[in-house]
Amino acid sequence: MATVSVRQALKSFGTTRILHGVDVEIADGEFVVLVGPSGCGKSTLLRMIAGLENITGGEIAIDGRVVNNVPPKDRDIAMVFQNYALYPHMTVRQNMAFSMKLAKAPAAIMEEEVQRAAKILGLDALLDRFPRQLSGGQRQRVAMGRAIVRHPQVFLFDEPLSNLDAKLRVQMRSEIRELQQRLATTTIYVTHDQIEAMTMADQIVVMNGGRIEQAGAPLALYDKPANLFVAGFIGSPAMNLLPGMVADGGFRTTGGALLPLPPHAHTNVATYGIRPEHMSLSDDGVEGTIVLVEPTGSETQVTMRMGETVVTGAFRERVQGRPGDKLRVLPDLGLVHLFGPDGARLPS
Amino acid sequence: MSATTAAPVWTKMRPKQGALSRLFDWKPFLAFICLLPAAGLLMTFLTYPLGLGIYLAFTDTTIGRPGIWVGLENFIWLAEDPIFWNAVFYSVFYTGVATIGKFALGLWLALLLNQHLPMKSLLRAIILLPWIVPTVLSAIAFWWIYDPQFSIISYLFIEMGLRETNIDFINTAWPARWSLIAANIWRGIPFVAISLLAGLQTISPSLYEAALLDGASGWQRFRYITFPMLLPILAIVMTFSIIFTFTDFQLVYAITRGGPVNSTHLLATLAFQRGIPGGQLGEGAAIAVSMIPFLVFATLFSYFGLARRKWQQGEGND
Ligand SMILES: Nc1ncnc2c1ncn2[C@@H]1O[C@H](COP(=O)(O)OP(=O)(O)OP(=O)(O)O)[C@@H](O)[C@H]1O
Ligand SMILES: [Mg+2]
Repeated sequence: MATVSVRQALKSFGTTRILHGVDVEIADGEFVVLVGPSGCGKSTLLRMIAGLENITGGEIAIDGRVVNNVPPKDRDIAMVFQNYALYPHMTVRQNMAFSMKLAKAPAAIMEEEVQRAAKILGLDALLDRFPRQLSGGQRQRVAMGRAIVRHPQVFLFDEPLSNLDAKLRVQMRSEIRELQQRLATTTIYVTHDQIEAMTMADQIVVMNGGRIEQAGAPLALYDKPANLFVAGFIGSPAMNLLPGMVADGGFRTTGGALLPLPPHAHTNVATYGIRPEHMSLSDDGVEGTIVLVEPTGSETQVTMRMGETVVTGAFRERVQGRPGDKLRVLPDLGLVHLFGPDGARLPS
Repeated sequence: MSATTAAPVWTKMRPKQGALSRLFDWKPFLAFICLLPAAGLLMTFLTYPLGLGIYLAFTDTTIGRPGIWVGLENFIWLAEDPIFWNAVFYSVFYTGVATIGKFALGLWLALLLNQHLPMKSLLRAIILLPWIVPTVLSAIAFWWIYDPQFSIISYLFIEMGLRETNIDFINTAWPARWSLIAANIWRGIPFVAISLLAGLQTISPSLYEAALLDGASGWQRFRYITFPMLLPILAIVMTFSIIFTFTDFQLVYAITRGGPVNSTHLLATLAFQRGIPGGQLGEGAAIAVSMIPFLVFATLFSYFGLARRKWQQGEGND
């Protein structure tokens, strides 16, 4: 159990700078999810915390101790790799016991720890199998078992679910979360799946291009995205982000649509953001032409065109329209997000 | 051309296959045809000479005189021949020591080359050199290195003031035996090193990272990850290496010709000596045939002792 602080961390591979000064504060027992598009440096940051990559600049501290020059084995960290990295020549039992064996733990303690972890993860029956005899989900659990038996100060997960099918992923997602709450171990979890991030995290850190765009609780990011990147990244379906300017008593998009602004709105708005689920069908709304109707059962997603501007709405009601029909929709003015020319959120 | 006629008619029905085409689709025939060239070559150049050699071992053929079947007589003779037993001893000793040397140094080199070194590919090319030089050439080079008068090693030692006289490399029994083993190790290292390097590169780096986080020291990573994962390849390479070393001929024949006083004869050189220059084809063949049990045993040992691993892919012994 420990806090993790990353302060102004820099990372370069050769002359290419990958991380440009990253700050993350992680409280004891917190579940932090790093999200961001592919190649933004999430794995690199994680591997720096683990000690598998050296730190070009800045500082990483675990439980208050700066670990920049501490070798991985002395950081008391366990990591679950994306490809699990199970030792193929060892059984499940040996895989899980390996760290204890290296630490010369007595056989009885090793067996007890392995049994306990196996019980938690439902691996009891598989202890004598080799990794190649396991399914993807079982391998994933063995990788977690290997981490659990060590009672580390920090768990690191690098996209552990990306090799699993959708259903197993949902199941493992809740298993990991539940386990983390039970063990109350500080956890850093990397994913590029924002649903995983939203459902699992205490704190989400959104990264882009080697920088942190925003860090905060999942719903805080959803409700108050700090900039255009976070606004577009968090939430599914993605927020409508419509460029334009304040004019004609509302917001005139570059595509020609006129959208209502909340009262006392800033005059310097460059982008108008509205989530699809925050639009409603209304007779005094803005008129659009339906391009596509996608019913998902619980709601209906409608893509429509207002002038040249394409807007997506998600409605609880069943929309009966067909492409080409007209539809009137109204953004919920309390939930409109406005961004300035620099992409930053404008205070409302 | 047919543009003026009606649109071409095409039905999904395939045209009926001709007899020849059907014949070639028939698996047994196809397998037979495909195997024929290889089988022919093997029969001509492998099975026939081997069979002939085994046959000769039971005859008293000499050069210029077809022999008659003598049964085990050649072997009975050999069993009482101290030179033969000396060759058996030296073959085993030579193979054993050289294999240990080659694998210790080859593995060490492979591990070294697997690190991030500057000019890695150049180093790898250099390391392959001893292997791509024709054996006889390197044997002649060693012959010079071991020369009683002009040996460069002796020269260096004397220049550095470490010795007064030339080193006697190949003129007494034991120094000659060790010198040949050294030459064989030098020649065999590249094969071992490069093969093991290929094996090392198949080990996923994330296993080492996992082991690093699990707290493994450098030695423990070698002991628990590298070595067990390398074992299957090690076994195959070792099998080949043992066979090549046990049947070695060129190095010994070029450097010492089995001397001094037959002390460095391997079974292969002794067989040649007796059979061709000595003219006793039957006896030479018998010596050659007596290598077979050793080779079979060595192969079985390294193959079954080391190669079978339950965790490996594609083996049904769960
Ligand atoms: N060893 C390396 N040498 C040079 N560049 C590297 C190295 N490792 C990573 N990079 C670069 O660093 C950047 C960040 O890589 P990283 O693996 O951290 O991305 P990521 O956020 O984990 O992406 P993904 O979601 O695809 O896993 C990438 O642009 C990558 O090309
Ligand atoms: Mg990654």
